[in-house]
Amino acid sequence: MDVLQKSSERIPLSQRPEYADVKPVPQNDGPNSIVPISYTDEFRETMDYFRAIYVADERSLRALQLTTEAIKLNPGNYTVWQFRRLVLEALNADMNKELDFVDGIVEGNSKNYQIWHHRRWVAENLGTDASTRELEFTKKILSKDAKHYHAWSHRQWVLQALGGWKDELTYCELLLKDDIFNNSAWNQRYFVVTRSPLLGGLGAMRGSEVTCTVNAIMEHPENESPWRYLRGLYRNDTHALVKDPQVASVCLKILTAKNNYVHALSMLLDLLCHGFQPSLEIRNAVYGLSDSGAQGSDLVKVVCSILELVDPMRANYWKWRRNIVPAQAAQCLKDDGLTGLSL
Amino acid sequence: MGELAVEKHVKFILTIEKEKDSFESVVMEHIRLNGAYWALTTLDILGKLNTVDQDEVISWMMQCQHESGGFGGNIGHDPHLLYTLSAIQVLALFDKIDALDIDKVSNYIAGLQNNDGSFSGDMWGEIDTRFSCVAILSLALLKRLDKINVEKAVNYIVSCKNLDGGFGCTPGAESHAGQIFCCVAALAVTGSLHHVDKDLLGWWLCERQVKSGGLNGRPEKLPDVCYSWWVLSSLIMIDRVHWIDKEKLIKFILDCQDKENGGISDRPEDAVDVFHTYFGVAGLSLLEYPGLKAIDPAYALPVDVVNRIFFGR
Repeated sequence: MDVLQKSSERIPLSQRPEYADVKPVPQNDGPNSIVPISYTDEFRETMDYFRAIYVADERSLRALQLTTEAIKLNPGNYTVWQFRRLVLEALNADMNKELDFVDGIVEGNSKNYQIWHHRRWVAENLGTDASTRELEFTKKILSKDAKHYHAWSHRQWVLQALGGWKDELTYCELLLKDDIFNNSAWNQRYFVVTRSPLLGGLGAMRGSEVTCTVNAIMEHPENESPWRYLRGLYRNDTHALVKDPQVASVCLKILTAKNNYVHALSMLLDLLCHGFQPSLEIRNAVYGLSDSGAQGSDLVKVVCSILELVDPMRANYWKWRRNIVPAQAAQCLKDDGLTGLSL
Repeated sequence: MGELAVEKHVKFILTIEKEKDSFESVVMEHIRLNGAYWALTTLDILGKLNTVDQDEVISWMMQCQHESGGFGGNIGHDPHLLYTLSAIQVLALFDKIDALDIDKVSNYIAGLQNNDGSFSGDMWGEIDTRFSCVAILSLALLKRLDKINVEKAVNYIVSCKNLDGGFGCTPGAESHAGQIFCCVAALAVTGSLHHVDKDLLGWWLCERQVKSGGLNGRPEKLPDVCYSWWVLSSLIMIDRVHWIDKEKLIKFILDCQDKENGGISDRPEDAVDVFHTYFGVAGLSLLEYPGLKAIDPAYALPVDVVNRIFFGR
C-alpha cells in the first residue's frame, strides 16, 4: 500500500501498528542555530522514525519502507539513500524493482546527485543486462532536457561499463537534428567517435565528421559548438586543419555572406597563426568586412580589428590575439622549415 | 550602476525565514554545513562575521563529525568529502582549525583516493572531479597534502581535460564551468597549472559571457550568478580575467539582488537563496567591488584567512 498517495490520506507513523515498538529520535539542531531550518510535521515525524531505525541499524522491510517515505519527502538526503542501500543488500532485494523505484522518484528531482549515484549502484549490481534499460532511461530524461548533465554522465558510464554503443552516433545525430546548438550532443559525438569500440577511432572517422560539421556550421555560423568540434577533430594535427580545403572554404563562404561571421573570423585567425596562406578571395572577403577599407594591410591585424569591433565584450582577448599571432606564425614557419614541410 | 545592498544581504543571511511548509527549508537539512559555509563566508566578505556566535557554530559543527574523521552535512548524517571541506573552511574563518584532530581528518580524506588517482565522495564510491578538488583543498588547508598521491591525483584531473581546454566530471564528460573551477583550483593548489592550456581555456571561459553581461556554464545555456564565481575564479587562476567585460558582469550581479528583502538570485527577478547570495558577493569580491574583503580564487576563503593559515600570524 502506498501510504503517501495523497498527503491527506497519509497515516501518521505513530498510528501504524508495524512501527508500534519504534521510539522516534528527534533531531538535535543545537540552540540558536545559524541557517535554522523549519519542518512540516510530516517531515519531522518521518525523520524521527528514520533516525530510530538508522541508529538501531535495522535492515528490514519496514526500514526499507521508511527510507522510501523519507526519500519522497527529501530526495537529497544522502544519509537516507546510503542506509537504503545497506537495507537493500541485507534483504537481497530485487534490483530491477529498485530501478522502478528510481524511475518513480526522478521526475521533478532529476538534478539530484544522490538519485543518480543510487541508480548507478543499482545498475552496476545488475551488470550488462541493464544496459538497454539504462540507455532508455537517460534517453527519456534527455528528451525533456537534452543538456542534462547528470543524464549524460550516467549515459557515458553505461556505455563504458555496460556496453550498448551500436546506435549511439545515430542518437547524437538525432539530437543535433532537433537542436544543432546542443553542446552536450556535440560532446557526446566526440565521445563516441573517439571511444566506441565499434567505429574506427578518430583517424578513420575524421573525413565524414568534418563534412557533417561543416554542414552544421553553414546552417548556423554563430553556433559555437561545431567550430570547437572541428578544432577537436584536428587535435594534435593542426597542419591537417590548415591544409583541409573544406575548412578554408567554409570560412570564405561565411565571410562573403557577411552574416554571423565572428567564429569564422576566429577560425581564420587560428589558421593564419599556423601558417595558412590565404587566397585573394579570402583577403577580399575580410577587407569587405572592414569599415576602414584596409586593403593591403596585414590580414591578421585587420581580422583582429574587426573582431574587436563586432565582439566588444571580448575586445581584450582579440587585442591579445592581434599581438601574439605574428609571433606564432613566425614560429610555425620556423617549425615547418625544420621539419621540411611546406604549405 | 546599481549598488550592493550590504545591510539587506546581511539581514537576509542572519534571519533566514522559518517557513514551516517551505520545501526550500526541508531540502537544506542534510547540507546545512554547506549552508553554514556559504552564509559565514559571505558575512566575512561583507565584514560582518563578528555578528555570529562562533562558539555555537563550532560546537554544532563538531557534532557533525564522525569517528572516521569525516563530517556529515548535519548532525546524524553520514560523512562525506563535501561537508568535510565546508567544516574545515568554516573553522578557518574562525581561526580554529586547531580544534580538529588534523591527522584523523586527513586520514579520512586520503583514504578516499582511488588507484587511478581519482577521489570518491565517500565510502559509496561516487567519483567526480569535484571530489578531487575538495580533497586537495582540504588537505592543503590542513597542510597534509603529503598524505595522498598528488601525482596520480593530478594525472586523473588531466585525464578529464577536453578538446576545448575545459574539464568535465569524469574523462570524456562535457566541459562545465563548475567542474572547470574544481580542476583548475586543484591544479593551482598542487602547483600543476602548466597542464592547463591557459589560452585555449581562457578563450572558452570568456565565451561564457552573454549579451546581458552574465556568465553561463556551457555554450548556449542561460547565465547564472553562480558562474560569476566558477568562471571568474578560473579566469583569475589562469591569469586571463581581463578577457571578459568586468563592468557588464558587475551590473549583471547587482541586477540579481532583491534590494527589498536582501539576498541574490541566479538571474534577475528570480527567487533568492543563500547559495547564490554567496556566489554573487564572492564574484563581486573577485571583481574588486569596493568595500568587500578580497577572496582567494582557489580556496574560496578571504585572502586574510588563507594568509593566516600559510604565513602565520
